[in-house]
Amino acid sequence: MNGIHQEDTQRTIERVARESYGRLVAYLSAHTHDLASAEDALSDALVSALTHWPLDGVPQNPEAWLMTAARHSLIDVIRHQRVVQASEPTLVLLKERSTEAALSTEFPDERLKLLFVCAHPAIDPAMHTPLMMQTVLGLDAARIAQAFLIAPKTMGQRLFRAKIKIRSGGIPFEIPQERDLPGRLHAVLEAIYAAFGIGWDDMAGADQRGRNLTQEATWLARVLLQLMPNQAEVQGLLALMLYCESRRMARRDAKGRYVPLSEQDPKQWSLPFIEEAERHLAEAFQRGRVGRFQLEAAIQSVHAERARTGRTEWLAVARFYEQLVRISPALGTRIGYATAVAEANGPEAGLEHLDKIEAEAVSGYQPYWAVRAHLLQKLGKTAEASDAYDRAIGLAEDPAVKKFLLQRRG
Amino acid sequence: MQFALMIYHTPEEFDLRKNDYNDPHLGAWRAYYKALVEAGVYVGANALEVPETGTTVRLREGKRHVQDGPYADTKEQLAGFIILELLSVDAALEWAARCPGASIGAVEVRPLAPEAMRRGFTG
Repeated sequence: MNGIHQEDTQRTIERVARESYGRLVAYLSAHTHDLASAEDALSDALVSALTHWPLDGVPQNPEAWLMTAARHSLIDVIRHQRVVQASEPTLVLLKERSTEAALSTEFPDERLKLLFVCAHPAIDPAMHTPLMMQTVLGLDAARIAQAFLIAPKTMGQRLFRAKIKIRSGGIPFEIPQERDLPGRLHAVLEAIYAAFGIGWDDMAGADQRGRNLTQEATWLARVLLQLMPNQAEVQGLLALMLYCESRRMARRDAKGRYVPLSEQDPKQWSLPFIEEAERHLAEAFQRGRVGRFQLEAAIQSVHAERARTGRTEWLAVARFYEQLVRISPALGTRIGYATAVAEANGPEAGLEHLDKIEAEAVSGYQPYWAVRAHLLQKLGKTAEASDAYDRAIGLAEDPAVKKFLLQRRG
Repeated sequence: MQFALMIYHTPEEFDLRKNDYNDPHLGAWRAYYKALVEAGVYVGANALEVPETGTTVRLREGKRHVQDGPYADTKEQLAGFIILELLSVDAALEWAARCPGASIGAVEVRPLAPEAMRRGFTG
């Protein structure tokens, strides 16, 4: 066995694991509702692949191989659990499916059900995204904890508790009925977008974990769109993430300094990303059911226009924000609205909108103070501006953003 | 509950203290303290002198052992601490991440011992 071959096998296993993880976990747990056991079985199968594939070669259908290995491991586990009576039907089922799979390498894609399980209203909303990251993307608890800035042990315990609830709490593995679908789908989209947001904010990370997380989230949205091709909001979310992604390289200058959107050079934006985003957004709008993510994508599309026209239509941005605040009055949205109004109608008008936000809500919210400082500075209120800048700097996490604001404050 | 944010500096970061008042790094520290106070979570804080000024004392079998220098012989040394009143460790970690010290050295977050236990020490 030569080194290069081994490296190839290693890479193949990594690729298969990444591409198939969610599909395999979803399929293995769809009937048992036992995510933890499915994950354990799959990791056994992956370990087994690491020993067998370099020697025997990569099987023709790696995913089916992993499925068979994982299923055997799962049957062993269930046997060991010795709760024969309770699990007998499961065992039979697993065996049946095992024969089925031996005949055909196809198995149903249950990931959509799994996504709905992860974002079920009975699960703590704070755990929706971590659960998806683990069960569908296969990220380990330590990495998820890092992204959410909590201790790895704590994250492990929270994931564990959530999985017990899924196993024993009667949470159905099914696609919600038409009546419940919009709300339930929104929770799934929120969780995917939250993963993207974490990756997006975390640009500074030298290990590029932020970047990987935005890519994982985009990938999840693509999977979701593939599974639900007719949902406008799914397409809206994908468009939104692609617009953001198109500007990744422009967010830092050559020296690693933070560059705000208004000062970015559109030549550095990625045209293929923008074009793909535009295609998705146009298709989404054609379905005639506007929602939060389509509106957010629309705002980004106005910004993207600057690559062609050289200017930003702030009035259009403000109008989209106005609609957005109506359906989703989140803090960030209201601040975005105030920013757009300030650009369109002057800093006083923007400040008026900021003043309407309750003081309690913004005491720890960095973007509010950054925008407020900027507007006050424009109005020549230097002392007040410098005060607001201090708050923004103190609340910022990214050293590049801190530096930028320190320079602005002067 | 109360948490201690213990700030560990690298030698380079200790050196930054010598810079003048307008140094951006020091500005970031001042802004951070301001944000802590304004958010209503600040209980107290203080900075320590550089580690070379430390002296470590042990009493063993009635004899004083005095060591010139800090307790631990590590590159990153305790530089100061901040006590915060917060609802959860999640909030404490968030404030630790915003701490200018976190982007160079390290910030350890630890809950203060429960008050009943503290009273056992302090009376």
